[in-house]
Amino acid sequence: MSEKSLPAVDYLKIPEDGDPYLEGHKCSDCGAVFLGERKVCSKCFARDKISAVKLEETGVLHSFSVVYRSFPGIDVPYISAIVDLDGGGTVKGNLINIEPDPEKIDFGMKVKLTYQDALGRKDKEGNSYLSYFFEPA
Amino acid sequence: MSDVYVLGVDMIKFGRFPDRTVPDIGAEAALMALDDAGLTIKDMQAMYCGNLGQANAMVGQRILQEIGQTGIPVVNCANACATGATAFREAWMSIKAGMYDVVLAVGVEQMGKGLLGGTGGGEGIPKEGLLGSGTMPCVFAEAGMEHSKEHGTTFEQFAKISVKNHHHSTMNPKAMYQIETPLDVVMNAEMISYPNTKLMCSVNVDGSAAAVLVSEKKAKELGMERAVKVRASAMASDPYTDRDLVMPDVNACTRLAAEQAYEMAGVGPEDINLVELHDCFATAEMLHYENLGLCKDGDAGKMIDEGHVELGGKVPVNVSGGLLSKGHPLGATGIANIYEVCTHLRGEAGGRQVEGARLGMTHVIGLGTACGIHILEKV
Repeated sequence: MSEKSLPAVDYLKIPEDGDPYLEGHKCSDCGAVFLGERKVCSKCFARDKISAVKLEETGVLHSFSVVYRSFPGIDVPYISAIVDLDGGGTVKGNLINIEPDPEKIDFGMKVKLTYQDALGRKDKEGNSYLSYFFEPA
Repeated sequence: MSDVYVLGVDMIKFGRFPDRTVPDIGAEAALMALDDAGLTIKDMQAMYCGNLGQANAMVGQRILQEIGQTGIPVVNCANACATGATAFREAWMSIKAGMYDVVLAVGVEQMGKGLLGGTGGGEGIPKEGLLGSGTMPCVFAEAGMEHSKEHGTTFEQFAKISVKNHHHSTMNPKAMYQIETPLDVVMNAEMISYPNTKLMCSVNVDGSAAAVLVSEKKAKELGMERAVKVRASAMASDPYTDRDLVMPDVNACTRLAAEQAYEMAGVGPEDINLVELHDCFATAEMLHYENLGLCKDGDAGKMIDEGHVELGGKVPVNVSGGLLSKGHPLGATGIANIYEVCTHLRGEAGGRQVEGARLGMTHVIGLGTACGIHILEKV
């Protein structure tokens, strides 16, 4: 079991010294930003033009749903949010620190990333995980 | 290239058949379609079978083991919710290619109850509810909310689609449900993923549908009276759009396939008399009014508010009851909606008949993404 939290997804980076961040992979030919490593750009088909970039911490809410029914054991309601990050890249995640009421959530609202324990979820070895969330900016 | 005709087509009444097997359910529709065509399995030169749940288990051959092992080639296909349409299209293509004159397409599915989808398992810890939701009601809610953002579409407008489709299903004896669901009942049903309530989610059912496709030569030989002409068959995968790897884009894919289908048929949306489209969720149907060109972008809400998509309206949509009430057995859906349109073109749809229907369209979307569209014409 690791003493430190592990990242919940590959594109969440936890540096030895420094703050966690999300990593994108950007095509230098067309500017498309992907989550996860890849060799070929699926937008412009360029090969070997993709390199890792640090994604920005702020963005704009593009779309969302308030989830009231999920799989057993998952706390509801929660807000599933699609966020366009400033500087490129679209990321999906939970929007927290705002009431899960559709009337109170504005499209286009500014949000920022926050990094917290992954809702107490642990793997079979008992490791803790760090995840990312969005909150109103 | 020969024109292709549907000579026989049928579906079983959708329901829940936990005691039956997938091949058994598929065999029933296959025999019904053969009977409808007045042919037997001995007349079939090839079979195309669509099923998702047992995609690695030779469902087509197992159907033939139940209804006649003639040794014909069988192709099994899986393409998410476009699986049935894919089997039909492969059958169509085999005749177009000049390989065969008479082929059988079958779509079948046996489903459990409950939520489909979910954000990947993989290594480490479960992601569902941690990184948003990958459940289908949520994914399609987010797609619908994008429409709300751009056009101000309301919860009530989405809900009206479910009222309409449930109403249509009361006239379809083969639908899973024949129950009226007034607006307040739809809106006050359990909220699954806003704005989709439980009654705005498709019903998981077991079902099968099948079609016998023939070349023009064979149709003339066997009799054209009840034949339906396939004017277009189009299929698209998801072209790159900015968010689609995070937020599946059902719009671009449908628009691409629709454009190809209209071009192949040489008709426009204004020529279509009825549409069976992929209402896996009420939010999805709203998007496809625009994606299929049935109205201008931004006018989808008006289509439902003003009754244009009801039976008796300008272009009735999902008069079968749609996936919302007829039910959605994934692999069967893409042939069941071809059955529905053919039944109207043949003038055999009873109380839900779209009067004077000459041209109809079917549309399915499988997330991942595959879109299949067919345009069918009364002969």
